[in-house]
Amino acid sequence: MSRKEHDDGAGRSRRRPRYSAWSLVRHGLGVGRDWERAFRHHTPRESYDVVIVGGGVHGLATAHYLAVNHGITNVAVLEKSYIGSGGSGRNTAILRSNYLTPEGVRFYDRSVKLYEHLAADLNFNVMFSQRGHMTLAHNDSSLRTMHWRAEVNKLQGVDSSVIDPPEIKKLVPYLDVSPSTRYPILGALYHPPGGIIRHDAVVWGYARSADAHGVHIHQKTEVVGIDVVANRVTGVRTADGRRISAPVVVNCTAGWSTLISDMAGVAMPVQTFPLQAAVTEPVRPFLDTVVVSGTLHTYVSQTDRGELVFGASVDPFASYSTRGSLDFVEGLAGHVLELMPALSKMRLLRQWAGLCDMTPDYSPIMGLTPVEGFYVDVGWGTYGFKAGPVSGEAMAACIANGKPPEIIAAFGLDRFDEGRLVGEKGAAAVGH
Amino acid sequence: MMLLPCPNCGARNVSEFRYVGEAKTRPDPTTVTPQEWRRHLYLHRNPAGWTRETWYHGSGCRRYFAIERNTVDNAVRTAGATS
Repeated sequence: MSRKEHDDGAGRSRRRPRYSAWSLVRHGLGVGRDWERAFRHHTPRESYDVVIVGGGVHGLATAHYLAVNHGITNVAVLEKSYIGSGGSGRNTAILRSNYLTPEGVRFYDRSVKLYEHLAADLNFNVMFSQRGHMTLAHNDSSLRTMHWRAEVNKLQGVDSSVIDPPEIKKLVPYLDVSPSTRYPILGALYHPPGGIIRHDAVVWGYARSADAHGVHIHQKTEVVGIDVVANRVTGVRTADGRRISAPVVVNCTAGWSTLISDMAGVAMPVQTFPLQAAVTEPVRPFLDTVVVSGTLHTYVSQTDRGELVFGASVDPFASYSTRGSLDFVEGLAGHVLELMPALSKMRLLRQWAGLCDMTPDYSPIMGLTPVEGFYVDVGWGTYGFKAGPVSGEAMAACIANGKPPEIIAAFGLDRFDEGRLVGEKGAAAVGH
Repeated sequence: MMLLPCPNCGARNVSEFRYVGEAKTRPDPTTVTPQEWRRHLYLHRNPAGWTRETWYHGSGCRRYFAIERNTVDNAVRTAGATS
């Protein structure tokens, strides 16, 4: 079907056919028409109530919750490539809420709770597999931090506990828990509600829902300028020469958050680092837990297709380059084999990199800026994907009410000027 | 492999070096306000393109030096060069 048939021109919300087992069977049998496009193509309007820059999980979730929770539907999401092409499609899709600070735990737990109901809320199978998440401790100080995190988690009602090597071996038989290894496994923080999800499906599900509520999604639409008059945002300019006016512009980019904020004249305490990941050939299922080692800077999970997904910490220097490096593969392979020697014959299929906007305190920057009408949801470092739903919900509330809700009050940009850093050392890929 | 030009040792693998960060001018500690000091510590230009930065040759001569690097393709040139 052509794009035109699905564009009702006015961008009004409309009912769309629901995905279900029944619709799958019908289409499988060839009954009925082709699958409808998940979201429509529109010609950009001259003005919107809200323009969101960045079509990843954060931007699309913000658009979805603006429409669903606050009835704000005259919204455009501008994406310079295709939706989910940045961090949302490059992360290792791990979800968890076993953070270290009470603020962090509350925040990410809300996100996991939203993810648990996301498939039903969006009518889109996001393949959330709560298979359990295990963070290994290789030395006494790590083990102490694990106990600390477990206690903070329990106080917040999050299922989290420290387990010993025999229990670890029972959950993941392929792990080498013998005391003779270079980095012996002394224990682990075990978090049963953690797991992995299909990250592309989350992006598509939010896009489809936002579209159904009347939000315009413009792909291949790069923002090259933000107009500010008398310290107030008036609109954006795109690479194809358009000017779209809007009283509210939201920076939901990852990797390019400094460049977008610079357009509005807002300096960012951000440095952009690549983070590399890799995937192996598919093998039969043998690993049904997410295994993380902060000391070895690696995390391992097995996808539904059987591939092992490996992630690491960010590259050692700031860059916008997404080229992979041999240093990374070498280090990663050594660390993974230290944990699971049985994988020595596995072959890596490919490696890739995503851009991480690192902040000084490993916490995001969310909410208002000194420029009126310019909002940010950036600085998501290595932990942005798992926070997608809660960020969208909180940013939508922030935009609708003009002030940040309690759950993100600690993450304002002004904290850097005032010296109120958050200090979330339970963040992904942070050694402690 | 990415090579960095150490002024002492010549071109060496980037893994021998430690990235220190963007070259910045430190504010005068006798007159700086807390807010200026925080901005100096936390704010970064973080450009996509050429930037001047400090590196440390930790596995070599242990010298700190400035170079210019293009953050998009990681091309490197000596500080002060224009092409």
